[in-house]
Parts: sequence; structure tokens; C-alpha cells
Amino acid sequence: MNNFNYTKAQNVEEAISLIRATEGSQFVAGGTNLIDLLKYNITQVDALVDVNHIAGYHTIEENQENGLRLGALVTNADTAYHPLIEERYPVLSKAILAGASAQIRNMATNGGNLLQRTRCYYFYDVHTPCNKREPGSGCSAIKGYNRIMAIMGTSESCIAVFPSDMCVALAALDAVVHISGPEGERSLAFADFHRLPGDTPYLDNNLEYGEIITSIDLPAKGFSTNYSYLKLRDRSSYAFALVSVATGLELEGDLIKVARIALGGLAHKPWRVKEAEDFLRDKTPTVENFAVAADIILQGAKVYQYNSFKVELAKRAIIRNGIMALHPESQLPGAQPSA
Amino acid sequence: MMSDQPLIGQPISRLEGHLKVTGTAKYAGEYNVPGLLYGYVINSTITKGKISSINTKIAKALPGVIEVFTHENRPSLAWFDMQYSDMDAPPGSPFRPLHTADIKYNGQPIALVVAETFELARYAASCVEIKYTEEPFSTDLKENIDKARAPQPGLATFLKPLPPKPKGDFEKAYNDSFAKASGEFYHGTEHHNPLELFSTTTIYEGQGKLTIYDKTQGTINSQLYVGNIFGLHFKDVRVIAPYVGGGFGSGLRPQYQLFLSVMAALELKRPVRVTLERNQMYTFGHRPPTIQNTRFGADANGKITALNHSAIAETSQFEDYTEVVVNWSNMLYPAENTLMEYKLVPLDVYSPLDMRAPGGSTGSHAIESTMDELAYKLNIDPIELRLINYAETDTSVGRPYSSKELRQCFIQGAEKFGWSNRNPEPRSMRRGNKLVGYGMATGIWESMQLPARAEAILTKEGKLLVSSAVTDIGTGTLTVMTQIAADELGLPLADVTFSYGDSKMPFAPIQGGSFTVSTVGSAIKAAGKALRKKLFKKAKDIKNSPLKGTDLEDVVFKNGDIISKNNPALRVSFQDILALNKGAIKTTNTSLPKAFKLKKYSRAAHSAAFVEVEVDEQLGVVTVTRSLTAVAAGNIINPKTARSQILGGMVWGISKALREETITDYKLGKYMNQNLAEYHIPVHADLHDMDVIFVEEKDEIINELGSKGVGEIGIVGMPPAIANAIFHATGKRINQFPIHFDSLL
Repeated sequence: MNNFNYTKAQNVEEAISLIRATEGSQFVAGGTNLIDLLKYNITQVDALVDVNHIAGYHTIEENQENGLRLGALVTNADTAYHPLIEERYPVLSKAILAGASAQIRNMATNGGNLLQRTRCYYFYDVHTPCNKREPGSGCSAIKGYNRIMAIMGTSESCIAVFPSDMCVALAALDAVVHISGPEGERSLAFADFHRLPGDTPYLDNNLEYGEIITSIDLPAKGFSTNYSYLKLRDRSSYAFALVSVATGLELEGDLIKVARIALGGLAHKPWRVKEAEDFLRDKTPTVENFAVAADIILQGAKVYQYNSFKVELAKRAIIRNGIMALHPESQLPGAQPSA
Repeated sequence: MMSDQPLIGQPISRLEGHLKVTGTAKYAGEYNVPGLLYGYVINSTITKGKISSINTKIAKALPGVIEVFTHENRPSLAWFDMQYSDMDAPPGSPFRPLHTADIKYNGQPIALVVAETFELARYAASCVEIKYTEEPFSTDLKENIDKARAPQPGLATFLKPLPPKPKGDFEKAYNDSFAKASGEFYHGTEHHNPLELFSTTTIYEGQGKLTIYDKTQGTINSQLYVGNIFGLHFKDVRVIAPYVGGGFGSGLRPQYQLFLSVMAALELKRPVRVTLERNQMYTFGHRPPTIQNTRFGADANGKITALNHSAIAETSQFEDYTEVVVNWSNMLYPAENTLMEYKLVPLDVYSPLDMRAPGGSTGSHAIESTMDELAYKLNIDPIELRLINYAETDTSVGRPYSSKELRQCFIQGAEKFGWSNRNPEPRSMRRGNKLVGYGMATGIWESMQLPARAEAILTKEGKLLVSSAVTDIGTGTLTVMTQIAADELGLPLADVTFSYGDSKMPFAPIQGGSFTVSTVGSAIKAAGKALRKKLFKKAKDIKNSPLKGTDLEDVVFKNGDIISKNNPALRVSFQDILALNKGAIKTTNTSLPKAFKLKKYSRAAHSAAFVEVEVDEQLGVVTVTRSLTAVAAGNIINPKTARSQILGGMVWGISKALREETITDYKLGKYMNQNLAEYHIPVHADLHDMDVIFVEEKDEIINELGSKGVGEIGIVGMPPAIANAIFHATGKRINQFPIHFDSLL
């Protein structure tokens, strides 16, 4: 870890001007990922701009579209346990609580959650080639131990996975990310926020240098009646997803009117396939129909030496989670998936 | 306060428990002195080759950086391999930090940056420029089995015997057998991962004297190592390890932070601390990857006639680390035709290192899963098959057991677990969409005893002080030794202080192998006994002593009095003795194992592990919903700390079967998940109903305490019991650990 300057910003404008004042600086909020990256010497900064004290972004409030606005500085824990989130967006609550540990969720912020880096082993080892860490150095994972790596949307230069659980639910909910920057304010649909690796794997998302996330909007549709989040991993807690699924269903009688299925652990961003959700419209929520949707979602999967299991696992997870969404009351915190 | 009941056998809580849970207990890396310097280790980023250049100029020029030690400027040190050896060193040539430019493994320590602060030392380390000449290397056991060869014997094989010679004609007996079961098993690399980071604080006292706070499982082991290498008088080297935050074997050998901290302190004549970071804890010692093959044959009645167990394990290029993997099956099952083989493949890695139940937890998986397979082939209940083949004597060496209540482990364990509810058919039991499986396995671990010394002092105030250089790696040693000493003199716990973890105290060997209670406990008992004798003699020497004419056998020691058994009115108090003695009364005693008598017996703790798993039929997710281990380990000194040992072993068994693995990239020759986020050990959510039974086992041969030690036996039976339960639930036998849930899809 190198020496760096540290300043506290009092407002968004100041934060942006501080970042622009020192090239190679970064915002820090919860720091649950960034501080590790600094200590491991994976990321070097010349300055950290602490945004924790900026007023106005620490609350969860109703927005103008009958949805909720999540302040970027609200912690993951406070978001998960917020009564309005639990009541109207329980799939988001469940997804957050499936991630990290209680201690980390207490520190991590909503804005920071979107910006966490991959957990690829090779990215974390500064002595191995990694195009994401060191552009042009090569990808060690493609021919390395790639059990945890991506099977969708990969490129020749990177097969890393985006590790967030929260973002899988935000993707399913069609959240909107609000951003402030040197050029003013703008918004991005959640699906447009994160990037696929392509030949620029060092770019995780579409934030420009100097831009900061200020809030995340949740649209009115919260799927609070039929929802489920299923996370499959190598231990029951404090492990990143090999496959995770957020499912939200809107039913009318026996038929699905709206289906949302987002997956984690498969790609460089939360994975959604519109054709699969369209297929489910006006269908009954059965194993057979979810299986067809699963096949559509996994079309074009590209597997590597150690992660071919993810295709079948993801399909089964989609089916199971679809059925679980019909019985959301069966999802006690920490419970293993049930019938 | 004092009850008539002996303290041995009481479930007494850890005496230091409150210090640990309140953060008051100080560990090796927490001793601060004025002027303390901080060392940060630089590790090799290549796997094999040479350092062609190492440029420390920029680092050294940083204000606050004191020195950068490398192979180029290190002091001249001891010449001979033997001087780098230690109590747990395998045969070979021990690794010497900063010795030459040669790189023998990935992560090898190659420089130490010493600075005024830890952060500065760490930053300066990133400014050291190192260039390497790389050479080809091999780190993959599976790819190199053609290089397997017999291990070279050495001192270490005294405690870890090589396989027994073949008996009968295995191939013929196996071919002729009615039922056959066989398997190939693979275990990958595992690392100890104690919570406490390895750290040494060396305080330079002047005139060649050092006080060293070290994370170790043997204060005297570290003391001898430092004395030999740096040419210091042993008495000038004091190694202290008052609290140890977990060892599991990782502290059985002096690790390189000790060497580097001492070297820097001596060179700079200042106190120096070297603390390793978590990822650096993966750069020394690990459980070696091992490939095993078994072939068991039985007659139609289930009697096993032929046993073959072969293992090929990894070692380093410089030492022949061995462990006992294949010697167990014939200790458990008295077959006439046996073939046990154990070979090593030297690879470009650091030497493996004993890790909880080394070899035993590896071998038992192969043996006990093959037994399970055989039970299915014969259509015999797995417990019944083990009872049919119950070894009343250890047929592998032709000796009786000093005691063996394994049968009771099966009976009591099966009863409490509810084994009779098991439908033997695989995939026959379910709850909702979960398949339910029951599995069991036998565990065995040899009970050893080594020589040790202890001191016992009765102070002027009538308090008992006992001491030994032994560490307490968190197992409850302090509590147990206090109980033993208190009982010997008939004193309440509050009147007894046990001091330990200091090399200036009487000799104790490294703390491992489940032999601390039998080794150090026996020494404490002997010292207590000697003190008892001395006090009794002094009591009789008192003028007009009421105990005149009484023998030691005819008195009891109770609450500070020596009392005649025949007439309790006749008594002499410790105070009376001390009043005449004008000072403390002291004895030091050595406890030597009764080698001649012990040699006639096989000595082992046994266990039976029972496991219930639920396996999600579609998703493969495995949950160990219930587990129970019944243990026969002789006299249990403290049922509470012993139970914790067994539970800890069982948790590790779940870890070994289902969770932990050191991921190796063989193309890079390095470990890829060197942190506790990616090296998966169980979390609370992985642990459910767990239970322990200690069956009664009297052993008058093993040692005076009749106690066998419980540090390892808890882990041995669990992994195969889990694998067997998964087979019962799913019909799939997965012989590679850890069992990933996706292998059950």
C-alpha cells in the first residue's frame, strides 16, 4: 500500500472537484472492498475522498413514481432491514442478507455495493497476469482454476464475475442509478450500469471519472407477493455465489403476467434475458415453463475447464427459485431452499 | 469450597477463558516495548529459479526504514543442516531463510524490510526491485505420480512409523475373496489457518541475551532452534508463548518469522517484531495432497481376508515429510493378508507439516469409505461389519491393546444417534425434496507419551505452584494441568497456579499429537507426587508428629492437611510444616514413559462417528443436520474441555469433507485462495446438531493418569462418516475431498 492523501468532502460538488483535483484519486464510503484492494496493492490511489459525511444521501424515501429512493450512503444492513424495503421489495432485502457478513453489511453502502470489484483469484494476486488489473497482461483465469468464473458474456480478455448479491435483485427490480458528475446529473437504467468485459475488462461499469452515485430508484413494482432469492455457494454463509437467482412474479389467476429473473455468479454483470421473461408471460408458473425459460437464459453459455457445472446448476436454480417464488413465506432467513 | 470429589473428571471451565473473550490475553505480536521496530517479509513471486538481482536502494532511502535484509547482506550463520533442525523436522535438509539466491517454492521469504512502523515497512517492501531467473517446476501431484519413491527414514519415523511389512499373500487372498471393495481417493492441499497470525517479538536484552515472544507449539523447540542457528547460549535465549491463538500443527516447527525477527534484533541490537499477514501463512507448511488406493476383500460371512492400502503423498524437494496414512486398517481389522504402501513425490513446494490428525484423517477416509462399500457389497449393516471384524488385538504388529472400548462407542453411539432408524437402501429416506442419509465410520489415533519435566513448589503461604515449558494452544492445557496438580496435593483449584509457555521452565516437548496430557500431565503428577512425599517426610520429622509411624499410603492430603486414614484426628497441616521449614518447598521431577512396558502394547484412542446429512435432490446442497461422535480415550480429565476438543475436531471433519481446500494453480505453481474469504472453513450456518459421548475406558497401562488425549480423535471419523452418509442419501460415492455440491447434481 502506498501513501495517499485523504480528504473529507462536505457536499457532492466538493467531492467531485476534489476527485478532479488529483488524478488517480477515488471516492471511499464503506471501504469494505476498496481498503482491501489498497492493502493488497491491487489498487493504488493518490488521494481518497471520503464521501461518508455528505448530507442528504443517508435516507430511504418515497420517490415521485410511487417507488423508493435509496440514498447511496445508506448501509446495506439499514437497507435490508428497512420496513419499507421488507414490505415492498423483500427480494432486495433477501438478496442483501445473502451477501457478505453482518459486519461488512453494517459498513458497506448502497453506492459502494454497485462498485465492488470481482473476486477473481487472479485479479487479487498482483503477481499473476490479469487484464482487469493490468490491461494487456493477459487473463490467467481462462486456462487457470476457473470454477468460480463466468459462463455468460465472457470475452477473450476476461471471464471474471461481478460478485454482488444486492445488484442481482436491483437488476430484477429494474432499478435506476442516479449519478452526479462534472457535467451535471444523469441516470442510468440498471441494465446499462455495469459492463461486459469485451476488450476493456478494466472498466466494470459506465461511470465516468469524477462521477458519483447519489441514489438508486426502485420503481413501484416490487414483487412483494411472489418473489425469491436463491444463492448457491460453497458454504452456507460468507461465500460468493456460484449461481444466484432473483425472481419476481406478478400473477393473475393461474397465469404469470410479469416475470423477472436475474442471475448472479454467471457474468461480469447481473444477467437478465428478456426473451425468457417474455416467454413466461401468460404461462402457468410450472417446473416445465421455468425449465423452458432457463434454457433460453442459458443459451450461448461458454464453459471453461472447471465451471461447466454452472449451466445445469443455473437451470435448476431458475426452476427452483420460480417455484419458491410461489411460496415466499417458506423463505426464512438463512433457510436452505425448500420445496 | 473443597469437595471430597477429585477435580480430575470435573467439567471445569477454562481458567483463562475470561482473559481471552475480553481481549485481555496478550499474544506474541502484542508485546510492545519502546523503540520497537517492525519487519515486513517479502516473498518470492516465482516458484523455482534464482534471484538475479535485488535492489533495495529506494526502499532503504525512505525515512524511517532501518534496514533491508536479503541473502546478500544477512549475517553469517550456522553451517550445518542439523543446526537448523527442530523437534518436528522430517529427514532432509531444513529450509534456511535468506540462505542463497535460490528459489525453491512460491512464496519463499527472500527479504525482510525493517522500519519504524509496520505500514512503512510494508510500503518499503513494495519498493524493493527483484529480478528472477525462472526455471521449470512441478507442483501437481497427480501429474507426477511416476516419480513416487519410498521415503527416507529418520528420527521423525520414530513417532510416525513407516508401513508394516506385507503379511500373507494379499493378491491371492483378494482374488479369492467373496466380496471386494476398492476405491481411489484424492485429498488436496489444506492449510492450518489458526486465527492468530504468526508473529514473533524479539527483545534484545544486550550481551547476546534475547527475550522472544513467539507463536509456537513448543517454547523449547524455538529456543533450541534460535540458539543453534545464531550461536547463542541456550540460557540466554528465553522464548515465551503465554497464549497461542490456535496451532493445529502449524506451530510445531519454528517458522520463518522467528528466524527473521531474531536475526534483525541481533543485527540491529533493537527489539524487532515480525508478523506475517494472512496470505503469508500459506508460505510454510500444509497438509500434503495425497492419492490413496484401497482394495479390501471379505469372505461370505463378512470376515475381511485381504487389506491393501496404498498412498502417494507430496513432499518438498528438500525434506521427506511423512505421515501415518496406511498403517491403520490392520490395527482396526485383523486380516491375514495385507499390503500397505506409502510413497512420496518431491515437488517444488514447501515441506508439508503436521496438521490435526496428520495422516489419520487422510487414511481413515479411504479405509472407512471402503468398509462402507464392502458393507453394501455384503449386504451387512456397516456397524455389524465392523463388529464382525473387531480387532481384539492389534494384528498389524501382533500386540494387545492397552485398552479398547470401541465396541461401546458403536453400541452407545448407535443408540443415542438412532442408527436403527436407518433404511439401508440408498436414496430410500427423504424429507420433502431432500434426500436423507445416515453414515458412520470408525476413528483411531495412537496415544503417545514423551519425556517431560515439571516443577512443584509449596510456597510459604501454602499455595501450590507448578510449572512446565509446555504451551497451551487453546486446548485447555492450563486448566487440565491445574486440576492434576491440585488433586495430587489435595488442594482446591484456587490454591494452585500452573505456569507454562516459557522456555526457562522445566522441559516439555512440542505440543501436538494428542500427547500433551499424557506427557506433561504425567510430569506434573510425578512432581506433585514427589512434593507429597517430601511434605510427608517433613510432617513426620516434626517433633512429636501425630503421623509418626504412619506410611504415605495410610494418609490423605486434603485442603492443606495430611490426615491419617485410620484416625482422622491424627493430622499435620502444611502450615505446620512450612512454619518449621522457613521457606518454600520445591521438587522437580522427570516423567519418562515406561518404554519397556509400553512396548508390549498398542495404545490408541478410538471413536465412532455418526452423521445424518440432507442432500437437496435437485441442487446437490449438502447439510450435515446431525452428528455424534462416541469416543473411547481413557480417563477424561476435564469433560468440558475434552468435549470442546472433540466438537472442534468434528467441525473440522465437516470442513475437510465439504468445505476446505487450498486451490493450487499448477501452471503458476502457487496457491490462489490465500485468505479466509476464499479458503472456506465452516461458518455457524454450516453447523447444526452436534453431540459427543465419552464411553468409560479404564487403562492402567498407558500412564498413571489413564488418559489418552483427545486432540485429534474428533476429526478422524467425521469425514468418512459424511462421505458415507452422502452415499446413503444419494447413491453417489464421491472420493475426492472436499465434496463440492455440484458433484451431486
